[in-house]
Amino acid sequence: MVVLEVSEIWNLLNSIPDPEVPAISIVELGVVRDVRLFESNVEVDITPTYSGCPALKNMEEQIRAKLLLAGLTPQIKTIYKPAWTTDWMSDETKEKLRAYGIAPPEKLSFENLHPFANIDKGPVQCPFCSSSDTSITSRFGSTACKALHFCNACCQPFEQFKCH
Amino acid sequence: MMTDLNKALIELCLRIADNSLIHAQRISDWTGHGPILEEDIAMSNVALDLIGQSRGYYTYAAQIEGNGKTEDVYAFHRGEREFRNKLMVEQPDNKDFGFTMMKLFLNGCFDYLMFRDLMKSTDETISGLAAKSIKEVTYHVRHAGDWVVRLGDGTTESHQRIQNSLNELWPFTNELFEQDDIDTLLINNGIAFDKESVRSEWTKMVNEILTKATLTIPENIMYFHTGGLKGVHTEHFGFLLAEMQYLPRTYPDAVW
Repeated sequence: MVVLEVSEIWNLLNSIPDPEVPAISIVELGVVRDVRLFESNVEVDITPTYSGCPALKNMEEQIRAKLLLAGLTPQIKTIYKPAWTTDWMSDETKEKLRAYGIAPPEKLSFENLHPFANIDKGPVQCPFCSSSDTSITSRFGSTACKALHFCNACCQPFEQFKCH
Repeated sequence: MMTDLNKALIELCLRIADNSLIHAQRISDWTGHGPILEEDIAMSNVALDLIGQSRGYYTYAAQIEGNGKTEDVYAFHRGEREFRNKLMVEQPDNKDFGFTMMKLFLNGCFDYLMFRDLMKSTDETISGLAAKSIKEVTYHVRHAGDWVVRLGDGTTESHQRIQNSLNELWPFTNELFEQDDIDTLLINNGIAFDKESVRSEWTKMVNEILTKATLTIPENIMYFHTGGLKGVHTEHFGFLLAEMQYLPRTYPDAVW
């Protein structure tokens, strides 16, 4: 039997793409919170991005399949604390999003946590032409984690990974 | 034998979960029927967030009950009198977008304050779920609040229609703050918080937006609706449940 290290399991999980934004992995997204190994039994803690995220189930299945293939017995647990935040994404991950055509989330600020604060003040930079002459089209987008914007400079609509 | 505190904890979970689920069921009526594509997507997203939140609380309630119950049993196999949602959220929107936004706004402001306080709960799961839910609710309230202002401070017709929504929904707002012996027990144990204590903050939040929207809170309300805590609902609720529960009740062996 092949014995794996915890770090190797993290690497395995890091090869699973986010089903909705395949440019980044589920580890980079911050969904995988902890990995504990007891011989061939492995416990993985995952946390949802948004409470109703329909992709979570798919991520869970992909994790299970990956670990079973590696000869491990996986047990996957959904945890809620601490609550997922886009601040967990590294600069490198944010750059991957931008290169994929999705404006990355800015850093979480006080304004994001109060309902009546003006969060649409600063323009979001266009991921295609880097112009700041953009406007928000819709706060909600094709998935729970994204909003829709429009770039007035290159006349392209684009998505932004919402700061959360 | 289950302790009184655990029974109260289950009740707390069901009250929060039922409110979010029923609210979501109403909002999801708009999926495919939104006034514009962006709002169709927005409301489907909001409904999804609320359903997700309710799942977290149902799952926790099932875990405390520990008799093999699942979240689906709570959602699909309970009758009208067992649901603990507030009467406001079960009110039909009758294809009036402003009504939906006003409801999301009034209930959302309360949920925002409730989750903020529940984040300090001594119960780890309750505080964790609250920390998760509050971020989503903040986003919903912001969105709904913007629409209340835009419609209230819009055309003569949009102003009148959203004022009518406010008039119709206001008698349901007192129920947001209602509590009973179960709440007292939870408050004494640091699990939940006094709802009455957020009333003035809620009023301030709501006033801030309604003033911007040039809307007027109706006065001389003859009767404030009540009943959700005891499972006594309005006539619309049975129809809502019939639609929501049709499939799992007709095909009990169906699986996701």
